[in-house]
Amino acid sequence: MIYDVVIIGAGVSGSAIARELSKYKLNTVVLEKFEDVCSGTSKANSAIVHAGFDAAEGSLMAKLNVEGNEMMDDLARDLDIPFKRNGSLVVCIHKEELPGLQELYDRGIANGVKGLKILSREEVLEMEPNLSDNVEGALYAPTGGIICPFILNIAMAENANVNGVDFRFNTEVEGFRKDGDVWVVRTNNGEYRTRYVVNAAGVYADKLHNMVSANKIHITPRRGDYCLLDKEMGGHVSHTIFPQPTKLGKGVLVSPTIHGNLIVGPTAIDIEDKEATATTAAGINDLIEKAGMHVKNLPVGRKVITSFAGLRAHEDHHEFIIGECKDAPGFIDCSGIESPGLTSSPAIGRMVADIVVGLTHPEKKTDWIGTRKGIVNPSELSLEERNKLIKENPAYGQIICRCESISEGEILDAIHRPLGARSLDGVKRRTRAGMGRCQAGFCSPRVMEILHRELGIPMEKITKSGGESVIAPELSKNRKGGEE
Amino acid sequence: MQSYDIVVIGGGPAGLAAAAEAKRSGVDSILILERDHELGGILNQCIHNGFGLHTFKEELTGPEYAKRFMDQVFELGIEYKLNTMVMDITDSKVVTAMNKTDGMFQIQAKAVILAMGCRERPRGALNIPGYRPAGIFSAGTAQRLVNIEGYLPGREVVILGSGDIGLIMARRMTLEGAKVKVVAELMPYSGGLKRNIVQCLDDYGIPLKLSHTVVDIEGKERVTGITIAEVGPDMKPIPGTEEYYSCDTLLLSVGLLPENELSKTAGVELSTITSGPVVNDALETSVEGIFACGNVLHVHDLVDFVSQEAANAGKNAAKYVKEGRVASNKEIKINAVDGVRYTVPCTIRPDQMDDTVTVRFRVGKVFKNSAVTMYFGDEQVLKRKKQIMAPGEMEQVVIDKKKLAEYGDISDITIKIESV
Amino acid sequence: MEKRHLTCIGCPMGCQLEVTLDNGVVTEVTGNTCKRGDDYARKEVTNPTRIVTSTVPVRGGKIAMVSCKTKSDIPKDKIFDCMKEINKIRVDAPVKVGDVLLKDICGTGVDIIATKDVDIA
Repeated sequence: MIYDVVIIGAGVSGSAIARELSKYKLNTVVLEKFEDVCSGTSKANSAIVHAGFDAAEGSLMAKLNVEGNEMMDDLARDLDIPFKRNGSLVVCIHKEELPGLQELYDRGIANGVKGLKILSREEVLEMEPNLSDNVEGALYAPTGGIICPFILNIAMAENANVNGVDFRFNTEVEGFRKDGDVWVVRTNNGEYRTRYVVNAAGVYADKLHNMVSANKIHITPRRGDYCLLDKEMGGHVSHTIFPQPTKLGKGVLVSPTIHGNLIVGPTAIDIEDKEATATTAAGINDLIEKAGMHVKNLPVGRKVITSFAGLRAHEDHHEFIIGECKDAPGFIDCSGIESPGLTSSPAIGRMVADIVVGLTHPEKKTDWIGTRKGIVNPSELSLEERNKLIKENPAYGQIICRCESISEGEILDAIHRPLGARSLDGVKRRTRAGMGRCQAGFCSPRVMEILHRELGIPMEKITKSGGESVIAPELSKNRKGGEE
Repeated sequence: MQSYDIVVIGGGPAGLAAAAEAKRSGVDSILILERDHELGGILNQCIHNGFGLHTFKEELTGPEYAKRFMDQVFELGIEYKLNTMVMDITDSKVVTAMNKTDGMFQIQAKAVILAMGCRERPRGALNIPGYRPAGIFSAGTAQRLVNIEGYLPGREVVILGSGDIGLIMARRMTLEGAKVKVVAELMPYSGGLKRNIVQCLDDYGIPLKLSHTVVDIEGKERVTGITIAEVGPDMKPIPGTEEYYSCDTLLLSVGLLPENELSKTAGVELSTITSGPVVNDALETSVEGIFACGNVLHVHDLVDFVSQEAANAGKNAAKYVKEGRVASNKEIKINAVDGVRYTVPCTIRPDQMDDTVTVRFRVGKVFKNSAVTMYFGDEQVLKRKKQIMAPGEMEQVVIDKKKLAEYGDISDITIKIESV
Repeated sequence: MEKRHLTCIGCPMGCQLEVTLDNGVVTEVTGNTCKRGDDYARKEVTNPTRIVTSTVPVRGGKIAMVSCKTKSDIPKDKIFDCMKEINKIRVDAPVKVGDVLLKDICGTGVDIIATKDVDIA
């Protein structure tokens, strides 16, 4: 069979594109090398919806950032994504750098960011009493927000899938060839024939692009280390606090997360290995020191529940590359998607879909489903509603993750919904089970048992995140799998 | 809303002993709420021996010790609910809990006994750099996988932390056929019992490296190697001392923390040292009628002391239910200074206290040839020489009501470590 | 004359003991601070023993494994031989605390007994 579109990568960009394309009568498949959606860059970032004052005026980045930001309310409502406009503050701590705030303000206005305001020291301290005593002023962007990056990605993918887009996991693209007008995409799981290819491969987008085009691009994985702090610290600041930006990026931010933790990060370290998501002691120390310059009384040492690193797909010109490859017709790039990529994703999806639609003129579906119901969040229910839920499905009465109060019912939903979870991380990103202060110490054996029971995966084959990431590889007592 | 005289939160060793003693003290309406599918708590996975020497004068395994107390609870006909998670406790002692059959329900208690135990500190608290692959377990999670579920989490193991669970798991994994390559301990001393170092490490030739920590975790999917390094007096790794171990598993035994999420919902005041509630001699928290015992109060070294403390909490909760709170004229504060990190209890009511009150504490570092001293006001009333005291083992002193009364109107009691 | 070195387990002191043996007979213990060290050293060099605890798979039980132990201590050098035998045991639910799961393990005269009740699923 010949697909209309093969999308490479089920990160936030690929999933946004898939959802937009699912509005049309197109045969679309998403190829993902990992075992789940949201497994690369999309899973490890600041989880911020940026206002849009950072990117250079007139850049595609600026345009899609502001558009994506504006689209986020509707998207979050339609797809049941945890999202909140908590507002961002760029904080100035050196008097001589105050003009920099004005520059950012002007750029923001030029980019079309709404509601920007420069605040005096007094005004900003009133909003955020835990800012450094050295604060001189701040740029306030009320449209800045915080979001669950996992659910944003997962929800768009699920919704695309419900509307007919196929997803193939553990499927890594190895090369391309042309057969007349048809692209043949070679993978570790066989060949896919398609009229159009969309390259949304994150840090690997340069590698794929360079296979088909003479105009080479180069993406540097730019590592960002983060610390996530206990929910006890979630109220330390209520806005997202940025330092003034430098040429390496937006700097180390301190922000509440949508789920009530406090996040500190990222560093910006250029590396070569596209999968080197190891944190370093130097990176974490750097982070702690920098965060403390703008926010005081941060108990980073004692209250960190986990640290992690993500890789930004930094293209040499620091710009999104979106469009059909000039010397490879039908091959559409969506590369260099680094921050503000998460924010821009809905707009990226729309832009890439428009390109495909412009090329192939497909018919719109009349039965497209634009909404998705997320996994129920019982903590938002009243006692009566919760009892009703448990009566209908007793699994909602059994708590599995005690730190985040996640019940078996939520985990079952995560496993059995479209593109359901198959690993501990898959369950974690969908439900938050294992994301709390004990970091899955208590719930992982229990979640393993549920995955085993529901999916028939032997216990000794259950993974943290697919591949070789098996949790407990052997039965004890010389038993083989299956022995009772 | 249902009501009970006493609701016990947690059916582990503390909850069981507290409930049994409360019943024996004359309160009939008692309910234990347990989140697991059986009573006994963490003892069920502690299959090694060494429990109960103080209480039963014999060495029991964890499950055997738990059974002794479970049998008491069964014989006394105390009610309990399994697979039941307590979600909230209010300061007016309304307990909200949930399970599959009852749904979400509320209970009005006259008294509440907090016995939720403790949890393991995760990797994040240590900021260990490196990858985040499969194969990193807290020692207790690995213990559960091996002892309860019957799985082997890995074949080649490095352990960080020499707390007793880490040492016990070093032996356990070895007996199950794994190779434990090294145990690294950040501190210059082990947090575990000497007996466990000898019988869990030395017996099997497992090296213990003091003043060492993990500086890198290798492996993108599953752990493939761990690098440890020596730390200086500032606890920072010393460059050039790195040693690499190829392995598939890293176990973390890096400390336990009282699990006080529920205590917080009730507004109970917590100690910044123990992370457990601040209690008086009756083991009553800052919220009237809410008592605490066991590892939720402070992390114990021996379960025997948990049982003793819990029985005391049960007795006092029963007294509170029957007599209500008797106003106390006075509270004497216990100061923990000079090497004494904290005390449980923190205050004594000289008019209400039992004839004797046991005060338990831990020291902040290893002390050799020193003495535990106690002062009523300014006057030294106790000086007990000890050849050795270590942070891994609890110490105790006993305060005698009559003797305290002889000192009249003192404002505080001080416990400290002094040189001999 | 043979000298052996041990760490005393009597208390957190961990005294480094030196035991002198003459033809397997202890002639001197040094390094101990108290009587317990002397007693421990004499037992440990002449007849070191340990309780071994482990688990055994249960068929048809409410839980997968039942915990077990050697009913009394066994010679230290037999630990791994015993583990080999323990690893072969399979039992059917129900199991009661104290049930003998294997008699006279490795000729030690010591039984392996259950340390937990396991009901039928």
